Amino acid sequence: MTSNKKDPVLVVLQMSGAYDAVNTIIPYNDPHYADYRPVLKVAPEDVLHINDQVGFHPAMKPMKDLYDQGKVAVIQGIGYPNPIRSHFRSMDIWHTAEPDKMGTEGWLGKAVRDLDPNKENVLTAVSFGRGLPRALALPGVSVASVGELDTYGVLTGIDGEDQRLEALDIFARMYSPLIGSGPANDYLSQTGLDALKGADTLNTAPLTYSSSVEYGGSPFAQWVKNISQVHLAEFGTRVLYTGLNPGAFDTHANQNIAFPKLWGEVTDAVSDLYEDLKEHHKNEEVVILMFTEFGRRVQENGSGTDHGSGSVAFVIGDAVKGGVYGDYPSLEPGKLDEGDLKWNNDFRSTYATLLDKWMGLDDKAILGGSYEQFDFIR
Amino acid sequence: MGDNDIALMAHLMRRAGFGARYDELEERAAKGYEATVEELLHPDDNPDGLELDLAERYFIEWNHHTRGLPEYVAWRMINSRAALSEKITLFWHGILCTADSKTQSYITSYAELEMFRRCGMGSFRDLLVEISRDPAMIYYLDNCLSHKGAINENYGRELLELFSMGVGMDGKFNYTEEDVKECARAFTGWTIANGIPGQPYGRYEARFVYNAADHDEGEKTFLGETGNFNGEDVIDIICKQPATARFLSRHLYRYFVADDVQVPSWMDTPPPDPETIKMLEDEYFRSNYNIRSMLRVLLNSDAFKNARFSRIKSPIETVIGTLRLAGDWTSPKPGFEWIFDEMKYMGQEIFNPPSVEGWHTGQEWIDGGTLVHRINFTAEFVANLDHPGIQDIVSRLASNGPTITGEQLVEGCLRYMGHYELSEENHRMLIRQASQDGELDTSSKDFPERVTKTMQMIVSTKEYLYA
Repeated sequence: MTSNKKDPVLVVLQMSGAYDAVNTIIPYNDPHYADYRPVLKVAPEDVLHINDQVGFHPAMKPMKDLYDQGKVAVIQGIGYPNPIRSHFRSMDIWHTAEPDKMGTEGWLGKAVRDLDPNKENVLTAVSFGRGLPRALALPGVSVASVGELDTYGVLTGIDGEDQRLEALDIFARMYSPLIGSGPANDYLSQTGLDALKGADTLNTAPLTYSSSVEYGGSPFAQWVKNISQVHLAEFGTRVLYTGLNPGAFDTHANQNIAFPKLWGEVTDAVSDLYEDLKEHHKNEEVVILMFTEFGRRVQENGSGTDHGSGSVAFVIGDAVKGGVYGDYPSLEPGKLDEGDLKWNNDFRSTYATLLDKWMGLDDKAILGGSYEQFDFIR
Repeated sequence: MGDNDIALMAHLMRRAGFGARYDELEERAAKGYEATVEELLHPDDNPDGLELDLAERYFIEWNHHTRGLPEYVAWRMINSRAALSEKITLFWHGILCTADSKTQSYITSYAELEMFRRCGMGSFRDLLVEISRDPAMIYYLDNCLSHKGAINENYGRELLELFSMGVGMDGKFNYTEEDVKECARAFTGWTIANGIPGQPYGRYEARFVYNAADHDEGEKTFLGETGNFNGEDVIDIICKQPATARFLSRHLYRYFVADDVQVPSWMDTPPPDPETIKMLEDEYFRSNYNIRSMLRVLLNSDAFKNARFSRIKSPIETVIGTLRLAGDWTSPKPGFEWIFDEMKYMGQEIFNPPSVEGWHTGQEWIDGGTLVHRINFTAEFVANLDHPGIQDIVSRLASNGPTITGEQLVEGCLRYMGHYELSEENHRMLIRQASQDGELDTSSKDFPERVTKTMQMIVSTKEYLYA
């Protein structure tokens, strides 16, 4: 493989709310496009052309630049069987990789278990945001869940540094396992100490970090910066996760205002992350997956778009063979799925590719089945 | 009335409710334990103290039940004196599960919850009939897609597996795959009008419809009995089974008494306290499946009274208990939505149990992220001297005299927070910390802060994770 690559690292960016696939990767040459989108259409000359059929939304210029460098795989027509147009259920399906039944175990939780079976590193996976996404949830797997990296830790509400240090010292002693106190108590002790240790370690990441890249001020951009900080600090973290706040891309109305602004913010952050890693010669060991829970209705509602199904996802990095994967679903009225783009590749094919070809894990065991892989990993 | 009575009352109110402040514990302990149990068992005969009129005029979204339902439920849990009524409603929400992620209709989920409140302590048979007619459930488990000659087994299966009997007991299966199919046949025609999803037509309240034309009138053999069974007949057969008595008893035990393994392990793992389970099973049959009677036996049992701090609090218990202790949200004010989020960040999203199996409990509530979140959330509240409940603890401690010792400080905090108990080592460690500057002047400016610091340490202990 490549020169500075160490252990492969997966960064996952969850674009909550369901971005409008049709205006993300725009089929600008399809005559139906303008018909479906009288208000929301982007003029063909403004689209950032990938080829003579499709191109990026103009707000995604930073992503297009990465694409032109051959670092972006665009997975068109991604979806899952029997599409569900509920944000929550659909996001659950992406998190658990189980479209057919209510799953509770996260696909990345299983990946983390396989990466660190003996639980040697409490920071094998780190999630930034409020609350742990189900993708990382698995009993017995410890994942650090960080709201704000600069202030992350136990008992952060205690005023005064001396008093807090004293409190943490007592905390550590209170969570020391006692002999013969039973498995539940041992588990709680271990979890408490892991959390403390994780926080102690994570807190050092911003201190050792310096970069010429300036990230945006949105919480998402700051979390992406945290991802870079943690990766550069070399804690052995293999899975890093963050996303937009719930519903961010849920553009039922006024899509022309919110949508370009969001893509601008998001693609700036992605490009900043890439440049930041590159500046530190650590770009080759990271691959980014960016996804959303479903696509949106092809026919606009005059101001925005309603919930749909078939979508588009992105895989970004030096290890990625840039290009367009999957077919763009047809816009012909008879070929839509209840008015939505009809998916043609199962999202688990993308997961399988990342797990197997990038992370070197057993994709079949993690996904509970075999899915045809793409060749977007070099 | 001694400390023991109040400590026992604190235990009862943590389990049969969401905890109570010290003044409420004193008042209830003065009435007596059994009298309090009776009051809790009869929410219809006792005022709940809820000023919903005012709250509903403030939180206008509650009136439509299109939004704000989790907040409405949280409001009731925080403010109702009929604590057990709220607690049992949550109990059934975690067993007879539907999730808004699929049903996407708060108005229908609201109707289900009110049904739990109405029927949650009555006959288990009636409750099973109600849940089988419940629109949210019929949609959630696809019974509306189950037709004569083309059954969908989803509801029939979960009714047996997760709602009444369980897969097996004492190492043996309770029913066969054939029973699942026959059960599903008996429920054909139990469907809804106004299908639930809001999109794309807008949200309406769904209602139960019995479509006789779609009901399979053929003969069915279910659990060894044969006849032209309809859904209610099947429920009658289910309720007669020892497995049902066991399953319900074990659920009540796990929710009210002590942590147990997760439900899928119940077939092969015997219950932790067979005698108490047997007592509940006997009461189930004696009372003709009456849940209130089972609860009366349970809450008055020594097994319950002695089972203090043997259940890890759920996130909802943690958040609501903390707000009740602090005395926050007793009257309407802006910014209530986050309460829902706090529970979610700790791993329990009300109206969205992770699957039809409900939430996994016990130590599965705790991982690195949820532990940190739980401790920091609770520590923030107990340190906020604007909250009346926290002020009350400070002034109770200050009323002990001009000075108190570090030991008195720690023991007083533990008492007024609900008679918490720490391990000997941790107890000693906290006293050592509280005593390092000698006696504390209760009139000094920094006294309140010394109290809240001690409370912050208490809520960060492993022991405080338990109820």
